[in-house]
Amino acid sequence: MENITEAISLSRRKFLKNSGLTGAALFLGFYLPVSAKAGRIITDTALNNLEPEIEMNAWILIDTSGKVTLVDHRAEMGQGSFQSVPQIISEELEVDLANIKVIFAEGNQKKYGSQITGGSSTIRGSYKNLLTLGASARELLIQAAAAKWNVPASECYAKSGHVFHKPTGRSFHYGELVVDASKLEAPKNVKLKPRSEYTLIGKPLHRRDTPLKTNGSAIFGLDKRIPGLVFAVVERNPRMRGTLKSFDESAALKIPGVKKVLKIKMAVFGTYREGVAVVADSTWTAMKGRKALKVEWDDSGFTHMDSADIYSQQEEALKTNEGLSLKKQGDPDSMLSNAENKIDIMYQTPYQAHACMEPLNCIAHYQEKKLEIWGPIQAPDWVQSFLSKEMNLPMEDVVVNMTFLGGGFGRKAFLDYPHEATLISKEIGLPVQVTWSREDDMTQGPYRPGVTYHCEGAVANGEISAFKFRMAGQNIDHWQGTERGKPNSSTTEGFLASYYDSIKNLSIADVPFETPIPIMWWRSVYASTNGFAYESFMDELAIAAGKDPLDFRRSYLKDERVQKQIDKMEEISGWKNRKKNEGYGVAITECFSTTVGQVVKVSRDDAGKIKIDQVWVVMDCGWYVNPDIIRAQVEGSIVMALGAATIHEITFKDGLVQQKNFYDYNMPRITNAPPVELYIMENDGAAGGVGEPGLPPFTPALTNAIFDLTGKRIRKLPFDLTAI
Amino acid sequence: MISLNVNQKTYQVDVDPNMPLLWVIRDIIGLTGTKYGCGVAQCGACTVHLNGEAVRSCVTKVSRAEGQKIVTIEGLSANNDHPVQRAWQEIDVPQCGYCHSGQIMSAAVLLRENPNPTDQDIDEAMSGNICRCGTYLRIRKAIHIAAEMQKTKSNTGQTKNSVSPVKI
Repeated sequence: MENITEAISLSRRKFLKNSGLTGAALFLGFYLPVSAKAGRIITDTALNNLEPEIEMNAWILIDTSGKVTLVDHRAEMGQGSFQSVPQIISEELEVDLANIKVIFAEGNQKKYGSQITGGSSTIRGSYKNLLTLGASARELLIQAAAAKWNVPASECYAKSGHVFHKPTGRSFHYGELVVDASKLEAPKNVKLKPRSEYTLIGKPLHRRDTPLKTNGSAIFGLDKRIPGLVFAVVERNPRMRGTLKSFDESAALKIPGVKKVLKIKMAVFGTYREGVAVVADSTWTAMKGRKALKVEWDDSGFTHMDSADIYSQQEEALKTNEGLSLKKQGDPDSMLSNAENKIDIMYQTPYQAHACMEPLNCIAHYQEKKLEIWGPIQAPDWVQSFLSKEMNLPMEDVVVNMTFLGGGFGRKAFLDYPHEATLISKEIGLPVQVTWSREDDMTQGPYRPGVTYHCEGAVANGEISAFKFRMAGQNIDHWQGTERGKPNSSTTEGFLASYYDSIKNLSIADVPFETPIPIMWWRSVYASTNGFAYESFMDELAIAAGKDPLDFRRSYLKDERVQKQIDKMEEISGWKNRKKNEGYGVAITECFSTTVGQVVKVSRDDAGKIKIDQVWVVMDCGWYVNPDIIRAQVEGSIVMALGAATIHEITFKDGLVQQKNFYDYNMPRITNAPPVELYIMENDGAAGGVGEPGLPPFTPALTNAIFDLTGKRIRKLPFDLTAI
Repeated sequence: MISLNVNQKTYQVDVDPNMPLLWVIRDIIGLTGTKYGCGVAQCGACTVHLNGEAVRSCVTKVSRAEGQKIVTIEGLSANNDHPVQRAWQEIDVPQCGYCHSGQIMSAAVLLRENPNPTDQDIDEAMSGNICRCGTYLRIRKAIHIAAEMQKTKSNTGQTKNSVSPVKI
């Protein structure tokens, strides 16, 4: 494997220079959705005059020496796209994974389709195209070889970057074929391998980015340097919606190394937030300058929220407002009013910060009629189109380069930080790296929204006779558009569709609720909180019905795949053989087309404190690429869920965020991580998500287990695990 | 001018003596493997070795490090093959990877001081290092693997690449 330390973005001529392609090269790629498009040959002279249209098709690049370069069109933020995307393409292209080079694509939706790394979509959204792409290139190369030998293509096959003629054993390496292959029309219908013939897909192969991450050579956004770079930090209005009244920069400017202090703004969805930027010769000097600023803010025109107000307003809304119906079948309301024992419960989940280990940062270089961005960016195509509009530049003059991301979790799909860096660069006429301090990152949002759920239900004859679910929490969609009056379609996220077939009287509604606090996706989005409410409620119904919680779910989830999954959960967790003094809890959620069931076992340690003995996970994500990456994602999702359930929360007082850093927004540590055992279901289903779906079921499985052990029902997060 | 010895090379840096070592290493010397995570010694992403001890460079004034021996992740081994690095590669510990320079530097000191750490020893030594991706189970396991490698001086962790399977 080529030990590149920095994934290089495709960028016209620069790409060719940096990627070290020699001589002519075959560029092969497709518009999405896949349409057959011939490969294009680039000659030496044309290398210097590349037209955008040629680049448009660059996904697979093979040069005349046989060197193969593949493009990762999605961000690498830990979830493994840098390994799994090439693992897919190489399977059909028949090249040695160890000998290829992988680069990050620049932001360009026309070339790569959607690049937003969110919704656990990297594989499930692209794998069929990636397989077709690899297979088409392979077929072109086989055809070229067959023509050279004047033999039928059916006598030839591809392996390890070569095409072989079976009867004679002759071979060409791919580099010898690219010129001829590029003149052929790409095949319209390529045959893809059946899963049984995969040699790479489905294998727990090592991640190609691991060695870069054990010696400090991986380049994250904060590590990126370009010539002439200056450094900035920004004092922003701490109330997240406010503006700037005045500032005094005189003390800051006296600090050696501070170059300039300026008023700046950044877009926060439809609004602008103001701040004061300090530009200096190093980040630390800029931080020093910032401390010397005197700033007065204008905080008028919006409510300064307290956390207590948020939750009491949500509770009030749920009591007085039936909300906007998202799903209704049967007549749950009349069943509820006739019920002898009505279950009437509120669940509450907190605001949370993403708290990526790499604080936000971005480099912008604004030049006359051209803008280039480098940074840890989850949605390079969004950044490109947003900045194109905002800065009034044609799309092709906005180049967005991805670095490795030190965590993303949804936060780095936001457009504020590239926008702010761009405005600073434009103002000072220099390339600038803007770094957010940990405190900036923690206090400035956007956050996962806090939500209150009102669940009303009844059981009769051991079955659910009514199931009524309403939520009141900020709607992320409202930040992206002005449309109101529609229910939050994410209200059902997390809940298994199979329940609709068996629960006759059911309603799900969204009770609109808004605050001035900016919110954004947080790993597994609404499923991360809905899952807790749905699966706690289901457990309370099971207990009310006098049924075993796992059997109860099995009786409602008739879908064949889910039935098998539940059987597997029962088997690996030893659900039926639970011992005294052990608490077992179960939860099953759906998230981004993947269903995950978890069983958590708890007990008390010698000191009488609750300890999590084991988490068993059964995941049905259909077609998958790399089981070890899946395992890692599930292990990590559980730790992240545990933190949000038991360790940290974002709270507000007078419109200010009260947590500043890891001393008051504590993180799960190595001592908190519970043992995890994962089983992946094997079936021919379409690929589901992997990076997020492991998160939602953990918390309800844990709290259900605590109920099983102690009889104490936890309905508000976070809760103190040590105090149960 | 402050004289610094980083990874066995001497640097003369003209900086404010109060500047944290982290920013001198990253921005003045240009070694970016050491990470900024919190700035207040809460997360361990900035961990380097100062005379063999793991210190949080974000709260260590550069003047305190003058003339002393500093090792960063880039200097831990010549070929990415310190037992801790090899163990990390053996079971693909990192996800996003941002915190792992610090994790590895902390683990290296632990293993030097305690060649046979128990789970509890590992938890105690490593609880100052946050990993938001939640790779803790693998960190613990990799430290045990590294302890074995260190003991047997074996090279079971031959260079890993993306065509070899991860052993779970």
